[in-house]
Amino acid sequence: MHPAVSVIFFTVASGAGFGLIFLLGSGFPVGGGAGRAFFVSLIGGGLAVAGLVSSTFHLGHPERAWRALSQWRSSWLSREGIAAIATLIVFGFYALIWMVTGERSTLLGALSAAGAAVSVFTTSMIYAQLKTVPQWQSRLTPVVYLGFALASGWLIAASFGNSDSSEIWGIMLVVLAWAAKWAWWARAARTRLGDAGSTPETATGLGFIGKVRLLERPHTGENYLTREMVHRIGRKHARILRLVALVLGCLVPVAILTLVGMTGAPAFLNLLAAASMIAGLLAERWLFFSEAEHAVSLYYGHR
Amino acid sequence: MTSLPAPPEKRLGLVIDLDTCVGCHACAVNCKEWNTGAGASPLSDVDAYGADASGAWLNRIHTFEVTPRDAPAQIVHFPKSCLHCDDAPCVTVCPTGASHKRGEDGIVLVTEDLCIGCGLCAWACPYGAREMDPVENVMKKCTLCVDRIYSDALPEEDRIPACVRTCPSSARHFGDFNDPESNVSRLVAERGGIDLMPEMGTRPVNKYLPPRPKTTERPSSAAARQAEMPKAEGGFLGWLDAALEKLG
Repeated sequence: MHPAVSVIFFTVASGAGFGLIFLLGSGFPVGGGAGRAFFVSLIGGGLAVAGLVSSTFHLGHPERAWRALSQWRSSWLSREGIAAIATLIVFGFYALIWMVTGERSTLLGALSAAGAAVSVFTTSMIYAQLKTVPQWQSRLTPVVYLGFALASGWLIAASFGNSDSSEIWGIMLVVLAWAAKWAWWARAARTRLGDAGSTPETATGLGFIGKVRLLERPHTGENYLTREMVHRIGRKHARILRLVALVLGCLVPVAILTLVGMTGAPAFLNLLAAASMIAGLLAERWLFFSEAEHAVSLYYGHR
Repeated sequence: MTSLPAPPEKRLGLVIDLDTCVGCHACAVNCKEWNTGAGASPLSDVDAYGADASGAWLNRIHTFEVTPRDAPAQIVHFPKSCLHCDDAPCVTVCPTGASHKRGEDGIVLVTEDLCIGCGLCAWACPYGAREMDPVENVMKKCTLCVDRIYSDALPEEDRIPACVRTCPSSARHFGDFNDPESNVSRLVAERGGIDLMPEMGTRPVNKYLPPRPKTTERPSSAAARQAEMPKAEGGFLGWLDAALEKLG
């Protein structure tokens, strides 16, 4: 699949934003008065909004995006839009009350946290629902999206909050999220199109005669389908990108958290861990798209 | 509404005969012509006369080589357009209600004014039946020529999809799959019509008729081939045949 930068940024940024909103709504301890409350809420909401705005950049008609809120009965993309907007509105009130009164409403917090979790889940289901991409169609896909959202959100929260054990919990969440991703990668490696039972033979229905091979494409040039779904250039540097994802996304954050936790250095240094993890997740998300094999590639002689 | 309708009264669709298709691309060209000039927005191209021509097509003709285990390879031309699936995944994923399946005849359509061009329906389709229009930025797909088949303005014989009307080898057939006596239902029954990628669970309406079996009995040994040689009896040719045979 074509790794669109807008969608990669959307899934990573809104994941971290909703992860942070989930933690704030659940009562992650943040001291320091109205200014701190404003700032940390702004980061959570800002990341989520930036992600959502970015996702509209890949639309052919962004001015019609509001129409995407209508089909929640059948469409995960529609549900995602509704969940995200509803969560942001509730969280906005939560943050406002927090700043003005210093009180953190348990009810609005719980609603924000639940909404944030639902938002990330529905984002992951946009991909996990697709039978055409067997590597995505897995229960592990929502697990990975939720795991990364929580872990990256935790690292930001740990930079501004004042929880005593936020580093050790951060390390655990980061490692657990990457363990889920490792399992996802292992499954993806054995869930290619052929493993899922789709071959050029089933695509053409000609397998009863013999082995099927594409002789000639419909047109000499590229088309929307080949650019969007038979995209292979992004896989060229898959190995090195996976290493980048693991080092920036896992090793560096764990090292920083360990240092901060052991030396008692200022907690805002954890922000470096968060930034590094988000950079690693951008590489991870690039691979999520570029390594995915779509069924239509069988009609174009590729996997 | 992007939920699928109750099973439609009529299930209109195409039968494509892979035995008679000659791969001339006339169906794709007539499709492009009709859908560029018809009611909806044009089916556009970018850099059509330049080095990197590209555009939206609703029908594309692939050519495959099929190699049996014990016979020479054969060529199969393979036109591919929307299959108007009973369980169309492109419909249910649509967030706006633009992509829909009609309750009356099962045709899968895109309402262009509602389409935001997110492309998710094209991702959900295993067949590559949907293409983003590079100028209009909305999703385009085969309409089964809904603007021809119900048209009062066209002569009776033209009230079929453009691809079917133009096919010079009659490899394309249009009809109602719910009617067991229709031309398409009979063809599918007689020739063993096949579904593409049944494992995707889309239950396509369009069916493909497989190529008829090739004649495969060929004499194998040299002696058998010799025995099959024609022999001239009597006259000058008979004398010549016998004389040359003696020479070896």
